[in-house]
Amino acid sequence: MKPAPFDYIRPDSVDEAIGVLGEYGDDARVIAGGQSLLPMLNMRLVRPEVLIDISRLDELKQLEKTGSGVRIGAGVTQGALAIWVGLEPDLPLIARALPNVGHFQTRNRGTVCGSICHADPSSELPLCLALLEGEVELRSDRGARRVPASDFQQGVLNTAREADELATNVVFPAASNGAAYAFDEFNHRHGDFAVVAVAARSEGARISLAVGGVADRPEVRHWTGLEGSAIDDALNDLAWELGGNDDIHATAQYRRQLVRHLGRKVIEETAR
Amino acid sequence: MKNLSRDSRHHVTFRLNGVTVEGFSEPRMLLSDFLRHEVGATGTHVGCEHGVCGACTILIDGTASRSCLMLAVQADGAEIDTIEGLANADGSFGILQQAFHENFALQCGFCTPGILMSLSEFLQDNPDPSVDEIKVALSGNVCRCTSYHEIINACIDAAAALRTSKAEAR
Repeated sequence: MKPAPFDYIRPDSVDEAIGVLGEYGDDARVIAGGQSLLPMLNMRLVRPEVLIDISRLDELKQLEKTGSGVRIGAGVTQGALAIWVGLEPDLPLIARALPNVGHFQTRNRGTVCGSICHADPSSELPLCLALLEGEVELRSDRGARRVPASDFQQGVLNTAREADELATNVVFPAASNGAAYAFDEFNHRHGDFAVVAVAARSEGARISLAVGGVADRPEVRHWTGLEGSAIDDALNDLAWELGGNDDIHATAQYRRQLVRHLGRKVIEETAR
Repeated sequence: MKNLSRDSRHHVTFRLNGVTVEGFSEPRMLLSDFLRHEVGATGTHVGCEHGVCGACTILIDGTASRSCLMLAVQADGAEIDTIEGLANADGSFGILQQAFHENFALQCGFCTPGILMSLSEFLQDNPDPSVDEIKVALSGNVCRCTSYHEIINACIDAAAALRTSKAEAR
Protein backbone atom coordinates (compact mmCIF):
# COMPACT_ATOMS: atom_id res chain seq x y z
CA MET A 1 0.00 0.00 0.00
CA LYS A 2 2.96 2.33 -0.57
CA PRO A 3 3.94 3.59 -4.04
CA ALA A 4 6.90 2.02 -5.84
CA PRO A 5 9.85 4.45 -6.11
CA PHE A 6 9.72 7.25 -8.70
CA ASP A 7 11.51 10.51 -9.45
CA TYR A 8 9.51 13.64 -8.72
CA ILE A 9 9.64 16.61 -11.06
CA ARG A 10 7.89 19.90 -10.37
CA PRO A 11 8.12 22.14 -13.45
CA ASP A 12 7.86 25.92 -13.11
CA SER A 13 5.77 26.44 -16.26
CA VAL A 14 3.45 24.60 -18.63
CA ASP A 15 6.17 24.73 -21.31
CA GLU A 16 8.59 23.01 -18.95
CA ALA A 17 5.97 20.41 -18.04
CA ILE A 18 5.38 19.63 -21.71
CA GLY A 19 9.12 19.38 -22.31
CA VAL A 20 9.53 16.87 -19.47
CA LEU A 21 6.47 14.92 -20.60
CA GLY A 22 7.89 14.79 -24.15
CA GLU A 23 11.14 13.42 -22.76
CA TYR A 24 9.65 10.66 -20.60
CA GLY A 25 6.35 9.88 -22.39
CA ASP A 26 4.83 6.63 -21.14
CA ASP A 27 7.32 6.41 -18.28
CA ALA A 28 5.81 9.52 -16.71
CA ARG A 29 2.50 10.24 -15.03
CA VAL A 30 1.15 13.74 -14.51
CA ILE A 31 -0.19 14.54 -11.05
CA ALA A 32 -2.46 17.49 -10.27
CA GLY A 33 -4.85 16.76 -7.38
CA GLY A 34 -3.80 13.12 -7.19
CA GLN A 35 -7.16 11.89 -5.91
CA SER A 36 -7.36 9.15 -8.55
CA LEU A 37 -3.65 8.67 -9.25
CA LEU A 38 -2.44 8.33 -5.66
CA PRO A 39 -4.77 5.42 -4.84
CA MET A 40 -3.45 3.72 -8.00
CA LEU A 41 0.14 4.48 -6.99
CA ASN A 42 -0.48 3.26 -3.44
CA MET A 43 -1.96 0.01 -4.72
CA ARG A 44 0.83 -0.22 -7.31
CA LEU A 45 -1.63 -0.46 -10.17
CA VAL A 46 0.69 2.06 -11.86
CA ARG A 47 4.46 2.30 -11.43
CA PRO A 48 5.71 5.36 -13.30
CA GLU A 49 9.42 6.16 -13.46
CA VAL A 50 8.67 9.85 -13.10
CA LEU A 51 5.87 11.87 -11.54
CA ILE A 52 5.32 15.34 -13.01
CA ASP A 53 3.56 17.63 -10.53
CA ILE A 54 1.55 20.39 -12.22
CA SER A 55 -0.48 21.29 -9.13
CA ARG A 56 1.38 24.53 -8.42
CA LEU A 57 1.22 25.99 -11.95
CA ASP A 58 -0.87 29.17 -11.76
CA GLU A 59 -1.20 29.13 -15.58
CA LEU A 60 -3.45 26.09 -15.21
CA LYS A 61 -5.70 27.51 -12.49
CA GLN A 62 -7.79 29.65 -14.84
CA LEU A 63 -11.52 29.24 -14.81
CA GLU A 64 -13.29 31.51 -17.26
CA LYS A 65 -16.26 31.85 -19.56
CA THR A 66 -15.15 32.15 -23.17
CA GLY A 67 -16.97 32.34 -26.49
CA SER A 68 -17.04 28.57 -26.80
CA GLY A 69 -18.05 27.83 -23.22
CA VAL A 70 -16.57 27.51 -19.76
CA ARG A 71 -12.84 26.79 -19.97
CA ILE A 72 -11.38 25.03 -16.95
CA GLY A 73 -7.60 24.73 -16.45
CA ALA A 74 -5.97 21.47 -15.39
CA GLY A 75 -5.16 22.90 -11.96
CA VAL A 76 -8.75 23.87 -11.09
CA THR A 77 -10.11 21.68 -8.31
CA GLN A 78 -13.65 20.32 -8.21
CA GLY A 79 -14.03 22.30 -4.96
CA ALA A 80 -13.04 25.56 -6.71
CA LEU A 81 -15.55 24.90 -9.50
CA ALA A 82 -18.26 24.17 -6.91
CA ILE A 83 -18.00 27.70 -5.49
CA TRP A 84 -17.50 29.47 -8.84
CA VAL A 85 -20.15 32.19 -9.34
CA GLY A 86 -20.88 31.11 -12.92
CA LEU A 87 -21.60 27.48 -11.99
CA GLU A 88 -25.38 27.61 -11.64
CA PRO A 89 -26.15 29.95 -14.58
CA ASP A 90 -23.62 28.52 -17.06
CA LEU A 91 -23.17 24.91 -15.95
CA PRO A 92 -26.42 23.88 -14.21
CA LEU A 93 -25.79 20.20 -15.00
CA ILE A 94 -22.36 20.30 -13.35
CA ALA A 95 -23.88 22.09 -10.36
CA ARG A 96 -26.15 19.05 -9.86
CA ALA A 97 -23.46 16.45 -10.54
CA LEU A 98 -20.57 17.90 -8.51
CA PRO A 99 -21.87 17.06 -5.00
CA ASN A 100 -21.73 13.39 -6.08
CA VAL A 101 -18.08 13.52 -7.16
CA GLY A 102 -16.28 11.80 -4.28
CA HIS A 103 -16.47 13.57 -0.92
CA PHE A 104 -15.80 17.22 -0.10
CA GLN A 105 -12.41 16.18 1.26
CA THR A 106 -11.41 14.72 -2.14
CA ARG A 107 -13.05 17.54 -4.13
CA ASN A 108 -10.79 19.97 -2.22
CA ARG A 109 -7.78 18.55 -4.09
CA GLY A 110 -9.20 16.54 -7.00
CA THR A 111 -9.27 18.43 -10.30
CA VAL A 112 -11.93 18.60 -13.01
CA CYS A 113 -9.44 17.76 -15.78
CA GLY A 114 -7.94 14.97 -13.68
CA SER A 115 -11.29 13.25 -13.32
CA ILE A 116 -11.88 13.50 -17.08
CA CYS A 117 -8.38 12.21 -17.92
CA HIS A 118 -8.70 9.34 -15.42
CA ALA A 119 -11.72 8.26 -17.50
CA ASP A 120 -13.48 5.97 -15.04
CA PRO A 121 -16.66 4.73 -16.81
CA SER A 122 -18.83 5.59 -13.78
CA SER A 123 -17.40 9.07 -13.12
CA GLU A 124 -19.77 12.03 -13.16
CA LEU A 125 -17.62 14.69 -14.86
CA PRO A 126 -16.76 12.65 -17.99
CA LEU A 127 -20.48 11.82 -18.21
CA CYS A 128 -21.38 15.52 -18.16
CA LEU A 129 -18.65 16.36 -20.68
CA ALA A 130 -20.04 13.67 -23.00
CA LEU A 131 -23.64 14.89 -22.71
CA LEU A 132 -22.72 18.55 -23.20
CA GLU A 133 -20.36 17.68 -26.10
CA GLY A 134 -17.42 19.46 -24.52
CA GLU A 135 -13.78 19.30 -25.53
CA VAL A 136 -10.38 18.53 -24.04
CA GLU A 137 -7.40 20.71 -24.96
CA LEU A 138 -4.14 18.82 -25.32
CA ARG A 139 -0.65 20.27 -25.75
CA SER A 140 2.67 18.69 -26.59
CA ASP A 141 5.95 19.71 -28.22
CA ARG A 142 4.26 18.74 -31.49
CA GLY A 143 1.52 21.34 -31.07
CA ALA A 144 -1.95 21.78 -29.61
CA ARG A 145 -5.26 20.12 -30.47
CA ARG A 146 -8.83 20.02 -29.21
CA VAL A 147 -10.52 16.65 -28.92
CA PRO A 148 -14.32 16.33 -28.63
CA ALA A 149 -15.55 14.35 -25.62
CA SER A 150 -16.94 11.57 -27.84
CA ASP A 151 -13.44 10.90 -29.22
CA PHE A 152 -11.54 11.57 -26.00
CA GLN A 153 -12.78 8.85 -23.70
CA GLN A 154 -12.20 5.54 -25.47
CA GLY A 155 -12.72 2.92 -22.78
CA VAL A 156 -12.01 2.02 -19.16
CA LEU A 157 -9.27 4.42 -17.96
CA ASN A 158 -8.35 4.96 -21.60
CA THR A 159 -8.35 8.24 -23.54
CA ALA A 160 -7.13 9.68 -26.84
CA ARG A 161 -4.34 11.54 -25.03
CA GLU A 162 -0.94 10.57 -26.45
CA ALA A 163 1.90 9.84 -24.01
CA ASP A 164 3.61 13.21 -24.67
CA GLU A 165 0.44 15.29 -24.41
CA LEU A 166 -0.66 17.33 -21.42
CA ALA A 167 -4.37 17.99 -20.96
CA THR A 168 -4.25 21.72 -20.21
CA ASN A 169 -7.97 22.57 -20.19
CA VAL A 170 -11.44 21.19 -20.64
CA VAL A 171 -14.22 23.23 -22.20
CA PHE A 172 -17.87 22.75 -21.25
CA PRO A 173 -20.35 24.49 -23.57
CA ALA A 174 -22.39 26.98 -21.51
CA ALA A 175 -26.07 26.24 -20.90
CA SER A 176 -28.44 27.47 -23.59
CA ASN A 177 -31.50 29.39 -22.47
CA GLY A 178 -34.11 27.06 -23.91
CA ALA A 179 -32.57 23.87 -22.53
CA ALA A 180 -33.26 22.01 -19.27
CA TYR A 181 -30.75 19.74 -17.54
CA ALA A 182 -31.02 16.98 -14.95
CA PHE A 183 -28.63 14.57 -13.23
CA ASP A 184 -29.11 11.56 -10.99
CA GLU A 185 -27.19 8.52 -9.88
CA PHE A 186 -27.50 5.43 -7.73
CA ASN A 187 -24.67 4.48 -5.40
CA HIS A 188 -24.41 2.34 -2.30
CA ARG A 189 -23.12 5.20 -0.13
CA HIS A 190 -22.98 8.93 -0.85
CA GLY A 191 -19.67 9.73 -2.54
CA ASP A 192 -18.95 6.19 -3.68
CA PHE A 193 -18.59 5.38 -7.35
CA ALA A 194 -21.97 5.41 -9.07
CA VAL A 195 -23.46 2.03 -9.98
CA VAL A 196 -25.36 3.90 -12.70
CA ALA A 197 -25.25 7.67 -13.35
CA VAL A 198 -27.47 9.51 -15.82
CA ALA A 199 -27.58 13.04 -17.21
CA ALA A 200 -30.29 14.48 -19.45
CA ARG A 201 -30.70 17.56 -21.59
CA SER A 202 -33.96 18.62 -23.25
CA GLU A 203 -34.45 21.43 -25.72
CA GLY A 204 -37.79 21.65 -27.50
CA ALA A 205 -38.65 18.14 -28.69
CA ARG A 206 -35.03 16.94 -28.59
CA ILE A 207 -33.92 14.78 -25.66
CA SER A 208 -30.30 13.76 -25.02
CA LEU A 209 -29.40 11.20 -22.39
CA ALA A 210 -25.96 10.13 -21.17
CA VAL A 211 -25.49 6.94 -19.14
CA GLY A 212 -22.40 6.10 -17.08
CA GLY A 213 -21.43 2.99 -15.12
CA VAL A 214 -22.82 0.44 -17.58
CA ALA A 215 -20.73 0.43 -20.77
CA ASP A 216 -16.95 0.96 -20.72
CA ARG A 217 -17.42 4.70 -21.22
CA PRO A 218 -20.30 7.21 -20.99
CA GLU A 219 -22.80 6.58 -23.79
CA VAL A 220 -24.98 9.37 -25.21
CA ARG A 221 -28.23 8.96 -27.16
CA HIS A 222 -30.47 11.56 -28.82
CA TRP A 223 -34.19 11.28 -29.51
CA THR A 224 -36.70 13.70 -31.01
CA GLY A 225 -40.40 13.91 -30.22
CA LEU A 226 -40.37 11.05 -27.73
CA GLU A 227 -43.37 10.91 -25.39
CA GLY A 228 -45.22 8.62 -22.98
CA SER A 229 -44.51 4.90 -23.30
CA ALA A 230 -42.19 5.54 -26.25
CA ILE A 231 -39.71 6.90 -23.67
CA ASP A 232 -39.86 3.62 -21.74
CA ASP A 233 -39.37 1.63 -24.93
CA ALA A 234 -36.37 3.72 -25.94
CA LEU A 235 -34.85 3.36 -22.46
CA ASN A 236 -35.43 -0.38 -22.47
CA ASP A 237 -33.69 -0.72 -25.84
CA LEU A 238 -30.82 1.41 -24.55
CA ALA A 239 -30.54 -0.62 -21.32
CA TRP A 240 -30.07 -3.83 -23.32
CA GLU A 241 -27.82 -2.22 -25.91
CA LEU A 242 -25.32 -0.93 -23.31
CA GLY A 243 -24.55 -4.50 -22.23
CA GLY A 244 -23.58 -4.06 -18.58
CA ASN A 245 -21.93 -6.85 -16.60
CA ASP A 246 -22.53 -8.49 -13.24
CA ASP A 247 -20.02 -7.37 -10.66
CA ILE A 248 -19.64 -7.08 -6.89
CA HIS A 249 -21.76 -3.89 -6.83
CA ALA A 250 -24.76 -4.90 -8.94
CA THR A 251 -26.03 -7.43 -11.45
CA ALA A 252 -26.41 -6.57 -15.14
CA GLN A 253 -30.17 -6.96 -14.71
CA TYR A 254 -30.19 -4.43 -11.86
CA ARG A 255 -28.12 -2.03 -13.96
CA ARG A 256 -30.63 -2.31 -16.81
CA GLN A 257 -33.42 -1.52 -14.36
CA LEU A 258 -31.51 1.52 -13.10
CA VAL A 259 -31.08 2.78 -16.69
CA ARG A 260 -34.86 2.48 -17.23
CA HIS A 261 -35.81 4.02 -13.89
CA LEU A 262 -33.21 6.81 -13.57
CA GLY A 263 -33.41 7.56 -17.30
CA ARG A 264 -37.17 8.12 -17.05
CA LYS A 265 -36.69 10.22 -13.90
CA VAL A 266 -34.17 12.67 -15.39
CA ILE A 267 -36.03 12.94 -18.71
CA GLU A 268 -39.22 13.83 -16.83
CA GLU A 269 -37.29 16.33 -14.74
CA THR A 270 -36.09 18.16 -17.86
CA ALA A 271 -39.64 18.23 -19.24
CA ARG A 272 -41.00 20.14 -16.25
CA MET B 1 12.17 23.17 -11.99
CA LYS B 2 12.44 20.91 -8.98
CA ASN B 3 13.82 17.44 -9.71
CA LEU B 4 13.93 15.02 -6.79
CA SER B 5 15.61 11.65 -7.25
CA ARG B 6 13.87 8.51 -6.02
CA ASP B 7 17.06 7.29 -4.33
CA SER B 8 17.60 10.15 -1.94
CA ARG B 9 15.74 11.79 0.89
CA HIS B 10 14.79 15.41 0.39
CA HIS B 11 14.29 18.22 2.86
CA VAL B 12 10.60 19.00 3.49
CA THR B 13 9.33 21.74 5.77
CA PHE B 14 5.86 23.08 6.52
CA ARG B 15 3.92 24.67 9.34
CA LEU B 16 2.11 22.13 11.49
CA ASN B 17 -0.51 23.59 13.84
CA GLY B 18 1.32 26.92 13.67
CA VAL B 19 4.81 25.54 14.34
CA THR B 20 7.46 25.02 11.67
CA VAL B 21 8.48 21.36 11.35
CA GLU B 22 10.93 19.67 9.00
CA GLY B 23 12.21 16.29 7.98
CA PHE B 24 13.50 14.24 5.08
CA SER B 25 11.43 12.31 2.59
CA GLU B 26 11.83 10.15 -0.48
CA PRO B 27 9.56 11.35 -3.30
CA ARG B 28 7.22 8.38 -2.79
CA MET B 29 6.62 8.97 0.93
CA LEU B 30 2.99 9.80 1.72
CA LEU B 31 2.23 12.88 3.79
CA SER B 32 0.43 10.67 6.35
CA ASP B 33 3.62 8.63 6.88
CA PHE B 34 5.77 11.76 6.99
CA LEU B 35 3.57 13.22 9.72
CA ARG B 36 3.64 10.05 11.80
CA HIS B 37 7.16 8.73 11.24
CA GLU B 38 9.27 11.81 10.46
CA VAL B 39 7.54 14.49 12.52
CA GLY B 40 6.19 12.13 15.20
CA ALA B 41 2.66 13.56 15.02
CA THR B 42 0.87 10.25 15.45
CA GLY B 43 -2.57 11.74 16.08
CA THR B 44 -3.32 11.40 12.37
CA HIS B 45 -4.33 7.79 11.78
CA VAL B 46 -3.81 5.66 8.69
CA GLY B 47 -6.61 3.33 7.59
CA CYS B 48 -7.15 2.32 3.99
CA GLU B 49 -4.43 4.35 2.21
CA HIS B 50 -6.58 4.92 -0.84
CA GLY B 51 -8.80 7.79 0.23
CA VAL B 52 -11.93 5.87 1.20
CA CYS B 53 -11.93 5.63 5.00
CA GLY B 54 -11.09 9.23 5.91
CA ALA B 55 -9.08 8.38 9.05
CA CYS B 56 -6.05 10.36 7.82
CA THR B 57 -8.00 13.54 7.01
CA ILE B 58 -6.13 16.74 7.91
CA LEU B 59 -6.40 20.40 6.91
CA ILE B 60 -4.02 21.43 4.13
CA ASP B 61 -4.00 25.21 3.67
CA GLY B 62 -7.29 25.32 5.55
CA THR B 63 -9.23 22.67 3.62
CA ALA B 64 -9.86 19.07 4.65
CA SER B 65 -7.90 16.55 2.57
CA ARG B 66 -6.65 12.98 2.75
CA SER B 67 -3.04 12.95 3.94
CA CYS B 68 -2.64 9.49 2.34
CA LEU B 69 -3.45 10.99 -1.07
CA MET B 70 -0.67 13.55 -1.01
CA LEU B 71 3.09 13.15 -1.12
CA ALA B 72 5.19 14.68 1.64
CA VAL B 73 7.27 16.54 -1.00
CA GLN B 74 4.05 18.14 -2.30
CA ALA B 75 3.35 19.55 1.17
CA ASP B 76 6.59 21.53 1.27
CA GLY B 77 5.71 25.09 2.31
CA ALA B 78 2.09 24.28 3.20
CA GLU B 79 0.07 25.24 6.24
CA ILE B 80 -1.15 22.04 7.87
CA ASP B 81 -3.50 21.45 10.78
CA THR B 82 -4.02 18.12 12.49
CA ILE B 83 -5.88 16.74 15.49
CA GLU B 84 -2.96 17.79 17.73
CA GLY B 85 -3.97 21.42 17.13
CA LEU B 86 -7.59 21.12 18.23
CA ALA B 87 -7.08 21.27 22.02
CA ASN B 88 -6.99 24.59 23.85
CA ALA B 89 -3.62 26.10 24.81
CA ASP B 90 -3.99 24.80 28.39
CA GLY B 91 -4.47 21.23 27.13
CA SER B 92 -8.23 21.10 27.77
CA PHE B 93 -10.56 19.86 25.04
CA GLY B 94 -11.46 22.18 22.18
CA ILE B 95 -15.13 22.65 21.30
CA LEU B 96 -15.34 19.72 18.86
CA GLN B 97 -13.48 17.38 21.21
CA GLN B 98 -15.69 18.37 24.15
CA ALA B 99 -18.86 17.72 22.13
CA PHE B 100 -17.59 14.25 21.10
CA HIS B 101 -16.67 13.51 24.73
CA GLU B 102 -20.09 14.53 26.05
CA ASN B 103 -22.02 12.63 23.37
CA PHE B 104 -20.04 9.37 23.63
CA ALA B 105 -19.31 9.91 19.93
CA LEU B 106 -16.44 7.43 19.80
CA GLN B 107 -15.67 3.94 20.94
CA CYS B 108 -12.25 2.77 19.75
CA GLY B 109 -11.44 6.27 18.52
CA PHE B 110 -9.42 5.23 15.47
CA CYS B 111 -11.57 7.20 13.01
CA THR B 112 -12.05 10.19 15.34
CA PRO B 113 -9.08 12.37 14.29
CA GLY B 114 -10.22 12.25 10.67
CA ILE B 115 -13.83 12.98 11.58
CA LEU B 116 -12.88 15.94 13.77
CA MET B 117 -10.69 17.44 11.04
CA SER B 118 -13.43 16.95 8.43
CA LEU B 119 -15.98 18.57 10.71
CA SER B 120 -13.72 21.48 11.56
CA GLU B 121 -13.80 22.58 7.90
CA PHE B 122 -17.46 21.61 7.46
CA LEU B 123 -18.65 23.65 10.46
CA GLN B 124 -16.62 26.64 9.35
CA ASP B 125 -18.37 26.59 5.94
CA ASN B 126 -21.77 25.63 7.36
CA PRO B 127 -22.20 26.88 10.96
CA ASP B 128 -25.79 25.66 11.33
CA PRO B 129 -26.10 22.39 9.39
CA SER B 130 -29.14 20.13 9.12
CA VAL B 131 -28.91 16.45 10.04
CA ASP B 132 -29.04 15.54 6.34
CA GLU B 133 -26.16 17.90 5.55
CA ILE B 134 -24.15 16.40 8.41
CA LYS B 135 -24.80 12.88 7.07
CA VAL B 136 -23.51 13.87 3.63
CA ALA B 137 -20.47 15.55 5.18
CA LEU B 138 -19.74 12.42 7.24
CA SER B 139 -20.06 10.09 4.24
CA GLY B 140 -16.36 10.57 3.63
CA ASN B 141 -15.42 9.17 7.03
CA VAL B 142 -15.96 5.53 7.94
CA CYS B 143 -16.58 4.59 11.59
CA ARG B 144 -16.97 0.86 12.26
CA CYS B 145 -18.01 0.86 15.91
CA THR B 146 -20.46 3.66 16.65
CA SER B 147 -23.81 3.99 14.98
CA TYR B 148 -23.02 7.51 13.71
CA HIS B 149 -26.02 8.85 15.67
CA GLU B 150 -23.79 10.00 18.52
CA ILE B 151 -21.38 11.55 16.02
CA ILE B 152 -24.24 13.48 14.42
CA ASN B 153 -25.45 14.63 17.86
CA ALA B 154 -21.92 15.72 18.75
CA CYS B 155 -21.71 17.68 15.49
CA ILE B 156 -24.99 19.48 16.26
CA ASP B 157 -23.76 20.35 19.77
CA ALA B 158 -20.38 21.48 18.47
CA ALA B 159 -22.06 23.69 15.85
CA ALA B 160 -24.16 25.38 18.55
CA ALA B 161 -21.15 25.84 20.84
CA LEU B 162 -19.08 27.28 17.98
CA ARG B 163 -21.84 29.75 17.13
CA THR B 164 -22.02 30.85 20.78
CA SER B 165 -18.25 31.23 21.08
CA LYS B 166 -18.15 33.26 17.85
CA ALA B 167 -20.97 35.51 19.08
CA GLU B 168 -19.13 36.05 22.37
CA ALA B 169 -15.89 36.85 20.58
CA ARG B 170 -17.59 39.71 18.72
